[in-house]
Amino acid sequence: MTTLEHASSLAHAPQRVRLDRGTITSLLFGLLGVALIAGVAPAIDSTTRRFNLERPPDPAGIGFHPPTWIIAISVFYLITAILGFSPHAARRWAGLSRVLSALGLVPLALVLSLALSDNAGTNVTNLFSQSLVLATPLALGATTGLWSERSGIINIGIEGTMLASAGVGYMTYAVVGEASATGWLWFSILISVLAGGLVAALHAVLSIRFGVNQIVSGVVINLFALGLTGFLRSEVIFRTGNTSGVSTSDVGLPLLSSIPVVGEQLFRGGPIYWMMYLVVFGTWLVMFRTPWGLRVRSCGENPHAAETLGINVLRVRYQSVILGGLIAGLAGAWFSMESQGGFEDNMTNAAGFIALAALIFGKWTPWGAFGGALLFGFSRALGTRLQFLGVEVSGFEIPSEFFQSLPFVVTLIVVAGAVGRSVGPAAAGAPFQKSR
Amino acid sequence: MSRPGKAEAGITRASGHLHRLLTEAWRLQPLYVSLYAILLSFLIGGVLISMIGVNPLTAYWALLRGMVGNGERLAGSLARSVPFIGSALALALPFRAGLFNIGAEGQLLAGGLTAAYVGALSWMSDVPGIVAIPLILIAGTMGGAAWGGIPGVLRTKTGAHEVISTIMLNSVVLFAARWMVGSRDPVVLRDTDSTVPRTDPIADTAVLPELVDSQPVLHTGLFALLGLCVVVAFMLNRTNFGFEIATVGLNPHAAHYAGMNVNRVIVLAMAAAGAFAGLAAASEVSGTNGHLQPGTFFLMGFDGIAIALLARTKPVAIIAAALLWGSMLSGAPLMQQEADMSIDVVRIIQALVLLFVAADAIVRYLFQVREQGQQGQSPFQAASVEGAV
Repeated sequence: MTTLEHASSLAHAPQRVRLDRGTITSLLFGLLGVALIAGVAPAIDSTTRRFNLERPPDPAGIGFHPPTWIIAISVFYLITAILGFSPHAARRWAGLSRVLSALGLVPLALVLSLALSDNAGTNVTNLFSQSLVLATPLALGATTGLWSERSGIINIGIEGTMLASAGVGYMTYAVVGEASATGWLWFSILISVLAGGLVAALHAVLSIRFGVNQIVSGVVINLFALGLTGFLRSEVIFRTGNTSGVSTSDVGLPLLSSIPVVGEQLFRGGPIYWMMYLVVFGTWLVMFRTPWGLRVRSCGENPHAAETLGINVLRVRYQSVILGGLIAGLAGAWFSMESQGGFEDNMTNAAGFIALAALIFGKWTPWGAFGGALLFGFSRALGTRLQFLGVEVSGFEIPSEFFQSLPFVVTLIVVAGAVGRSVGPAAAGAPFQKSR
Repeated sequence: MSRPGKAEAGITRASGHLHRLLTEAWRLQPLYVSLYAILLSFLIGGVLISMIGVNPLTAYWALLRGMVGNGERLAGSLARSVPFIGSALALALPFRAGLFNIGAEGQLLAGGLTAAYVGALSWMSDVPGIVAIPLILIAGTMGGAAWGGIPGVLRTKTGAHEVISTIMLNSVVLFAARWMVGSRDPVVLRDTDSTVPRTDPIADTAVLPELVDSQPVLHTGLFALLGLCVVVAFMLNRTNFGFEIATVGLNPHAAHYAGMNVNRVIVLAMAAAGAFAGLAAASEVSGTNGHLQPGTFFLMGFDGIAIALLARTKPVAIIAAALLWGSMLSGAPLMQQEADMSIDVVRIIQALVLLFVAADAIVRYLFQVREQGQQGQSPFQAASVEGAV
């Protein structure tokens, strides 16, 4: 039988469409496309709206016609559905089309919500830079998790590490620096970083030296941080009277920040924000391009094999977890000394857990995790923006709580596997005992 | 001849059961470790208190009187502890199956919402209490079970780790509750006569009878949750389902090989956990508040985790641990008032207790407590948690 005949006999055989994750996703996109074309596009307000690129007054921007855009995106979704159900040759294209469709949700959400609100336009450059800024603690937190889990220690205490270092750092600032920006601000950020390292060291000792279940240890840290920071806030920070202070001032990148229209918005940000890029890049460089990084990864995959090669597994794990803690400390400083100058109880607000989800989304790689952080940063920025726009569906204003819960819903969908199964380091979670 | 003999045998058997029940109840296995952990935590807490210039003995004396100073305070402490029993059981049962349920807070809220909804239905005031009270409790239980079942289903169908999905579901239900309870346009569950966001008051017939008029009120929900502990203890130790849970927790592959439906056990364990939390929430809505506010269960899930770990996930020991936890929180305001210190000290001491209980090796080392032979590894060291988070 020639290949051609084989193919045709396959075509005539009863078509068996396997309903796997990909096919279902394609199908859902197709259904969404049909719903948009049939239900939404004809009903939507067809006045021209604008994507602005800079702040008012008189911003430069792109005007568009909402129904046209919605129909264009829907048609693409229909193509995705068709590709998803077509035979083998189109498999690769089906996967690509699904990724593009998922990306298409971003303009779709923006176009839809603009068309449903009374506003004529919205600043998209600002939305984009907001996403990047909000991704800062998530990217740093995910990097913390990356160091810890790649070395074989599960860390769900990132949340507590960030909270504790935010509190301790700001306390230092309030007590010795009287919360006014001098050199003390930088000293306090340094203290934050060290505090993060200290908390991570506690996690490391508990889970490496004492063999405590790593998830339990993480929970202990989260609980402890909540109590400790609450205590510090009411007993120390509040008594100094410096409950709010000067935060870090924005830094513009030379040359880039003077690009017309978008430069000022995209290339200006706080120092910790810029450090985040350095940390992610440095993590990638050290973990994937140095011998020590290879050792860390081998301890997370197969500690016994690593030990056979003469690597001191326990020491590498200590180093790696504590390094991660220092990074979480930086994230903590972002909360209390860059994002806002001050400390509030539970101000990290589950960012540590979302960072873990970003790590899973990025399949335990630095840039993947950064991408995940960006996704969640964007969903948070978008949530705030849509809340501000005031979106109405047939006279019913969508409540702000809906938009606030957006990052959590996105996390849930992502973790539940819209991106396919993601497998972590093999030895993560298992205590390691030295062979004698 | 045979009749009295049978009766006698029956009596011996009954007393045998009673004896076993009692030994089971009082066999709080690593009692020493827990006691030493508590002692150590108070010591460290004392150091912290003296660091901010307060005499720790004054503070602790005020705390103790706040906890059990008089009958009313004692009743208040008891009342404060009741919901913690439910949220601790919500961790304990899945923990035995190797699952880490951080979602008790969301499950409480989901149960509380359904209970508040059912309790405020217009026809509820027309039915007698004997119908209305079970209805509101069942509604809460079902609501919690449904919300708790979701992470179980996600875990089995998609492999999403329950730690993350439960935390996300906590936030989702919190925002949903804020909207449902807070929205005036449209009104969903909000009591429009009230200035603070809360649900309509439940029907008088659905209110659990009050025992002591303390602050908060001690009500018969206490018996519901005490009973639940006994039921869960029986279920874990004496039923097939309990055996399946233990087997899945120790080794899911072995459980699968032995013909158990591991996925079913996972989903049921999570749904049961949600049901426990839901029952606790319904008892709070029905007996304590008479309505629901979105912030009612704030941090109660985290406290449940700590209590369950303190009790080493043993249902009967959870009662004692919940009492300690609830009464500490209930006594803290008096300490704040008399010793002029933040109630967060109690939170720190609680975290330390949990720390020392989880890292029992520290306590064993400091106090030279020997490991119990037949106990083997402590449950917290079992590598039952699968895969990376």
